[in-house]
Amino acid sequence: MRDFAYARAASPDEVVAARSAGAAIIAGGTEFLNWMRLGIADVAKVIDIGRLDALRDIVLDGTTLRIGALATLNQVGESEVVASSAPVLVEACLKAASAQLRNRATLGGNILQKTRCPYFRAEAPGVNPMPWPCNKRVAGSGCAAKESGYARLALFGWTDTCVATQPSDPAVALAALDATVEVIGAGGRRIIAMNEFHLSQQDAAKQFPDHKDVATLENTLRPDELITGFRVPIDAAAKRSAYLKVRERESYEYAMVSAAAALDLDGGRIRGVRIALGSVAQKPWRLAEAEAALRGQPLNGAAIDRALDRSLSAARALPGNEFKIALARNVARRVVLAAGGAHG
Amino acid sequence: MSKATPTFATHVTTHLQLNGKAMSVGHEARVSLLDLLREHLQLTGTKKGCNEGACGACTVLLDGERVNACMTLAASCDGRQVRTVEALAGQDGVLDAVQQAFIDHDAFQCGYCTPGQIVSAYACVKEGHTRSPAEIAEWMSGNLCRCAAYPQIVAAVGQAARTTKG
Repeated sequence: MRDFAYARAASPDEVVAARSAGAAIIAGGTEFLNWMRLGIADVAKVIDIGRLDALRDIVLDGTTLRIGALATLNQVGESEVVASSAPVLVEACLKAASAQLRNRATLGGNILQKTRCPYFRAEAPGVNPMPWPCNKRVAGSGCAAKESGYARLALFGWTDTCVATQPSDPAVALAALDATVEVIGAGGRRIIAMNEFHLSQQDAAKQFPDHKDVATLENTLRPDELITGFRVPIDAAAKRSAYLKVRERESYEYAMVSAAAALDLDGGRIRGVRIALGSVAQKPWRLAEAEAALRGQPLNGAAIDRALDRSLSAARALPGNEFKIALARNVARRVVLAAGGAHG
Repeated sequence: MSKATPTFATHVTTHLQLNGKAMSVGHEARVSLLDLLREHLQLTGTKKGCNEGACGACTVLLDGERVNACMTLAASCDGRQVRTVEALAGQDGVLDAVQQAFIDHDAFQCGYCTPGQIVSAYACVKEGHTRSPAEIAEWMSGNLCRCAAYPQIVAAVGQAARTTKG
């Protein structure tokens, strides 16, 4: 790992000042230290935010659940208030990583993790060249993943520049919960909707047409900003929510496809539902057309499948991940039924 | 609230309560807790397997919670308590219930992952994630065993949980 200078922040303002001066943030370190080892990050200054204890609280304030950015995944996952108000988030946190990583990994850091595409994660620190093309690592070098047959690539929102996916589990839950992200930067505080926090490559190309290195754009956090926390509106759907993660081994593995659902029921009928898929795009992928089609429908597998087709028909498979379209349909159907207490 | 950028340093001094003893050590800021233990403090019981948070061989207790020492910056542990596998047995040499259970169940083959397994199991028992073999397997999944002694490890953790309660 390259040498760097270290400082511990005593306030969010110090973090913003350090960020503006080019420092990178470390919290738990479970992702950032790998960036430094692999050469994904190459910075001279690192600011440790781990002692900003005010950013660690989990509080239910009326109908808003507020979670500090430094709450660890185990802290969120074992929180009774989160379990009773937004069970999907508990399930997503506890299905992420391992017990010991979850004791370090923070919720703020988790949604900032970068793709697990193995072509991106090549070890090429400092002057060492990348062994293959990756536009995220070397602008304009190409994408070795697209024709590789690797299954964990995107179905939605990708471009020829980059076909990678965002692997976060909690982000999928937060998207289905219509959560917002609180950030502080040189311009003050602002709130970003979770569904606008991450960028698909299509979003990135559209929103930043003049950017020289568009493949690197994964979210809308600015270079001077720090995530301070999350706000989750606790409605009837949040309380009746579930997460389902399908992976190649039963524990301690990234998702092949995951899904989160928050469901508002009126007897046996769906009053409203929010569904997000994970590991199919560079952002949690909300199924807006399916959600609209399900309003007023009965809670059964056939009705859900018909609605899901409206969203999944937009999927664009890549060589080797065609099966993920069927998998996504199955995972999404099962998670909606599970949120409603039914099995499919 | 200070608007000033804090002072950055490439060399830092970290104060630890390490295995019950207060100590200070100077080191490069980039050093992981794992390298601090093994290379600076000669505590080599904690193993380096993957060095990327994938195997769990480096599991230690930080303020009583299990963490991957390879993914923890040593500097960020300043002022905190660290406990390693060397300090699980009593000073009289009597093994901890978890260590004894691993012997009783032959819960290893090559032994490389064992220190991490034992520290992780110690925390797993303390946390109470031992109500069924499935729960143990889930909460021990961060410790890989290439020899695949998993059934014996799950049995050992189950025994340790019962002995610790009794």
